[in-house]
Amino acid sequence: MLTMSGKVIDSTLSQSEMFSLSERRNIPHVLREQKAFIVRNSEPLPEGFTHYFIIGDVDVNIPAGVGFTHLKKAFDYLGDDDIVRVLKDGSVRTLFRASSRHNSVFLTEQCNNYCLMCSQPPKKHDDSWIIKEVRQMIPMLPRHVGSLGITGGEPTLFGDEFLDILRLCKSWLPYASMHVLSNGRSFSDPKFAEKYAAIKHPDIMVGIPIYSDDPARHDYVVQAKGAFDETIQGILNLKRLGQKVEIRVVIHKQTIDRLPELAEFIARNLLFVDQVALMGLEMTGFTRANLDALWIDPHDYRDTLSEAVAILTSYKIRVSVYNHQLCVLNSDVYPYCVKSISDWKNEYADECAGCSKMTECGGFFSSCIQFGYSKHIQPYGVKAIL
Amino acid sequence: MSSKFFPLVHYTPEQGKYELLPFRFEPFSEDEVVITNAVGEFHFLTRNKLNALVDHKLHPNDPEYQHLRARHFLREQNDQAPIDLLALKTRTKLHRLANFTNLHLFVVSLRCDHSCPYCQVSRQSEDKAAFDMTRETADKGLDMVFRSPNPALKIEFQGGESLLNFELIKYIVEAAEKRNETAKRELAFVIATTLSLVTIDILEYCRDHNINLSSSLDGPEDLHNKNRPRPGRDSYAKFVEGLRKARDIVGYDSVSALMTTSPASLGRVKEIIDEYLKHGFGGIFLRHLSPYGFAIKTKSYQSYDVDVWLKFYREGLDYILELNKMGIPFTEHYSSILLTKMLTADNPGFVDLMNPSGAGIAAVVFNYDGDIYASDESRMLHEMGDSSFRLGNLHKNTYEEIFTSDVLLSLLDDSFTSSIPMCSECTFEQWCGADPVFHHAMYGDILGRKPESEFCRRTMGIIKHLLEIMRTDKEAKKIFMRWANKC
Repeated sequence: MLTMSGKVIDSTLSQSEMFSLSERRNIPHVLREQKAFIVRNSEPLPEGFTHYFIIGDVDVNIPAGVGFTHLKKAFDYLGDDDIVRVLKDGSVRTLFRASSRHNSVFLTEQCNNYCLMCSQPPKKHDDSWIIKEVRQMIPMLPRHVGSLGITGGEPTLFGDEFLDILRLCKSWLPYASMHVLSNGRSFSDPKFAEKYAAIKHPDIMVGIPIYSDDPARHDYVVQAKGAFDETIQGILNLKRLGQKVEIRVVIHKQTIDRLPELAEFIARNLLFVDQVALMGLEMTGFTRANLDALWIDPHDYRDTLSEAVAILTSYKIRVSVYNHQLCVLNSDVYPYCVKSISDWKNEYADECAGCSKMTECGGFFSSCIQFGYSKHIQPYGVKAIL
Repeated sequence: MSSKFFPLVHYTPEQGKYELLPFRFEPFSEDEVVITNAVGEFHFLTRNKLNALVDHKLHPNDPEYQHLRARHFLREQNDQAPIDLLALKTRTKLHRLANFTNLHLFVVSLRCDHSCPYCQVSRQSEDKAAFDMTRETADKGLDMVFRSPNPALKIEFQGGESLLNFELIKYIVEAAEKRNETAKRELAFVIATTLSLVTIDILEYCRDHNINLSSSLDGPEDLHNKNRPRPGRDSYAKFVEGLRKARDIVGYDSVSALMTTSPASLGRVKEIIDEYLKHGFGGIFLRHLSPYGFAIKTKSYQSYDVDVWLKFYREGLDYILELNKMGIPFTEHYSSILLTKMLTADNPGFVDLMNPSGAGIAAVVFNYDGDIYASDESRMLHEMGDSSFRLGNLHKNTYEEIFTSDVLLSLLDDSFTSSIPMCSECTFEQWCGADPVFHHAMYGDILGRKPESEFCRRTMGIIKHLLEIMRTDKEAKKIFMRWANKC
């Protein structure tokens, strides 16, 4: 797993700042003024960069008056056009990696759901500064960004400010395919849905979770009464306005029993959604607190998963299965399995050594490797050497 | 679990507060009923649970409560989504109506090289002047076609043997293409033909103008030839030869085949299906014999009743399911039309199962002489001397006169299943349709008395059979779900 945040070893910064990085030392001075230089060796520092990030143990001479920040070796992955933020208190976070296809912009820690398995447990305190920072960051991103997620918390809670972020993305990142993770409830307000649609972003989809066809069970999983009703209305409003919607289902002990019924519900009521993602559990956040109530070995639900996938595909709904290892599933599901785990937290288990399907398999969340995964992982095509 | 979280019961509705949404039910077995909601979603329920449901005593922890809430048979007082979704599904089911007429049949000739005993209309004649459509009539027909507001227009050439007047087909195709340069509709052509008269030239023409061919295959050679006599007794051989050539030239999927169930077919359903398999068809339409024309005159119709036909259908369907379970995908098309209505929010708009009736608004027929009929059955009825459903004539009437004629409007008015006595309260109403022409022909009344209606008994019989299969055979239900999404 990549280290996305931590503390600086040392820094000359006296206030919080955000930097776009460069590994190239010879760029014109007008560009150096907009970039921070990554120092990996002891060559003399190129002049004129706005800041210098020294990574790991490097014996380098820093002229007096030059601003620098010293980071641990774990940040060695940083490269050209990446965005890093250093706060006053000495904490550092990687906000954007130009080499990754899995960048997400985090808008808030607040949420009006409180899901049993939330990987990013919500907090109530005022964090509206994050949105301001995102406003500053978007114009700093490389123009050619091909994909960008918007996540939280519940990013729509900031209403117009959330919409402003999308407008900025449309203006500054013309090639970015956007994916918003939302519980959809805000879109139950037709006016909000209309404002969202009016942005006319050329390539944006909202990923909205539905956990059961039974409203009570959905409300229980998200710990919010009436959430199911609002989420459904939100989806209907978005689709009425021609917006793209993905339905996301996290599979665990509380959602697996009615998964085929949920598939039928989607097929009968929401056939017009753009895709459905059936997702394995990430072992982080609340999931670990509620493990007993949530954990079920994917190997034990593979037939139910096959059934749900068969229903959705019969109705010609685009289906993806996320976060599952091939060896615990039935082969009828393989064509729908997607390598979806963000690169910085994607790993394989010791049992995977020598597996012939490793390149096709999505592997694990790092958190699963650390805290638990199926007992039925076994490599394909490895024969004992006689 | 962490104490920050509330248990499921916290989110479960209070007992007994739910409202019933519109539904209907019908006994299915001794202890069970099948229950359908306002848009044709269904569920099996024991009588006890049905009573509990109606008495508002079904407990929210009961899995049946959860099924019924999710499928919109009941809602809690604050639930808005079920109302929105039911409204949406109702609109979806009816959305085709707004498009109005899609299918336009041109009867280009009544002459035929076959003399099938059950045929309704054909003539054995060399007299082109008497039984062929003229260009003037065809032009008037095209005027009507392009008046339809439907963004998709289909022109089907019927006979007789339509290829006996291929010159007129070419004339109509090219004139329609010309008009469509400015009309910009989604235009499609079909020729209904036995394939006995196809030539390389005809097929190349079909290829070049994207014309599909709708043909007939009644079963194994002896049966097909018995049903379809022609000089030389070679109808089957001609079909096989024509099929091969048509697939070579026009394309594999451009040729389809329909079968007619004659009295001689009964008891041979497996052989008939095998015949379709042998020729590489992906499915079969197990059709009953219609009561029109010579079929009634020759008493073939009376020679088998609904129960005999249902037995034929059930045997056929069983065999087809067996094939699918073997890994050979094969569809029974009539079932798949009903299954689409039962398992999806869509409505395939099949003329015989539409509500209101598809007469005139799904399809309209221009006869060789310019007479306009509400359906193919209507013109067959006319050939038997009953012109009740003649809407007018291309040379005499305007589009407005035809499509606002009393004949057509009352036909539609009286064929809303949601208002027909006994249909309106029928559990299967959402899946069914009205066939006013059939009821008029058989019972002298376009509504018909449903307990006596063969249409009703036949459709009920099929629906109940499909329900029983889905209730007891999970694998078959999976196959059905795939069929339901083919239309």
